[in-house]
Amino acid sequence: MYFIGIIITGIGVIFLFLGSLGIWRLPDVYNRLQAGTKCTTLGSFFTIVGVGIMEPEWFWKTLIISIFILLTNPISNHALGRASRKIGVKLYDGSVVDKSKEFDEYRENL
Amino acid sequence: MIFVITFLVFVMLASAIFACISIDLLNAVIASGLVSLITAILFYTLQAPDVAMAEASIGAALVTAIFVITIRRTERKE
Amino acid sequence: MVKLIFLTVISGGIFLCFLRMLKGPTPSDRAVALDTLSTVTTALLVLLGYIFGRKVYLDVSLVYAVLTFVGSVAIARFLEKGV
Repeated sequence: MYFIGIIITGIGVIFLFLGSLGIWRLPDVYNRLQAGTKCTTLGSFFTIVGVGIMEPEWFWKTLIISIFILLTNPISNHALGRASRKIGVKLYDGSVVDKSKEFDEYRENL
Repeated sequence: MIFVITFLVFVMLASAIFACISIDLLNAVIASGLVSLITAILFYTLQAPDVAMAEASIGAALVTAIFVITIRRTERKE
Repeated sequence: MVKLIFLTVISGGIFLCFLRMLKGPTPSDRAVALDTLSTVTTALLVLLGYIFGRKVYLDVSLVYAVLTFVGSVAIARFLEKGV
């Protein structure tokens, strides 16, 4: 049981570090939002549940904490992305598709 | 263990200096949020979880929301 | 020993997010860095609670997981409506 918990916590910690590396390396607000949402949610879920597996009395409490993170983290990141889209933060120069702008033009021509 | 705590103290110090010298006040609010985050970790490692809980709930939610409402009522640039 | 390696790797992640919070060109970058940092901190608190070995310490990270949401949504609403 202990080694299974160590392996799951290690996977979660690696995902947390990769999410932070994406925050530092990626060129744009929206790319950073993607790294900061997906990697961090999965990494914190694995880390917290892995601690619960290592110490089996703690399992239900850690499951409740990770469920709260799964509920709240995507909502706040979605609000940040929508806000930075509305105030007109520019996209990265090499980005190839902008569906939101196309949708705005489509809605104006309707 | 001790080098992690030392590292967190230096991060907290640099963030507090950044909150003092930044021109845009929203950046200062975000940096003070980071300061309260690391203060909660330091209380936690000093074996005081109740103080850390109070610091977390006040510093993460209440102070940020109240400062943002204040900046909306007044002006944003210093 | 393994737990110290985990703590060191998470501290490296905290340092990278902190650099982005210092550097970021727009306030949106800084807000994204703070939000990521709060989630990383929640995982770090659970890991520290396992190192100290007390079940009571998990309450702090429970409070954190619920309440950092409020600050991020407040900053996002402020950015959306402008000054």
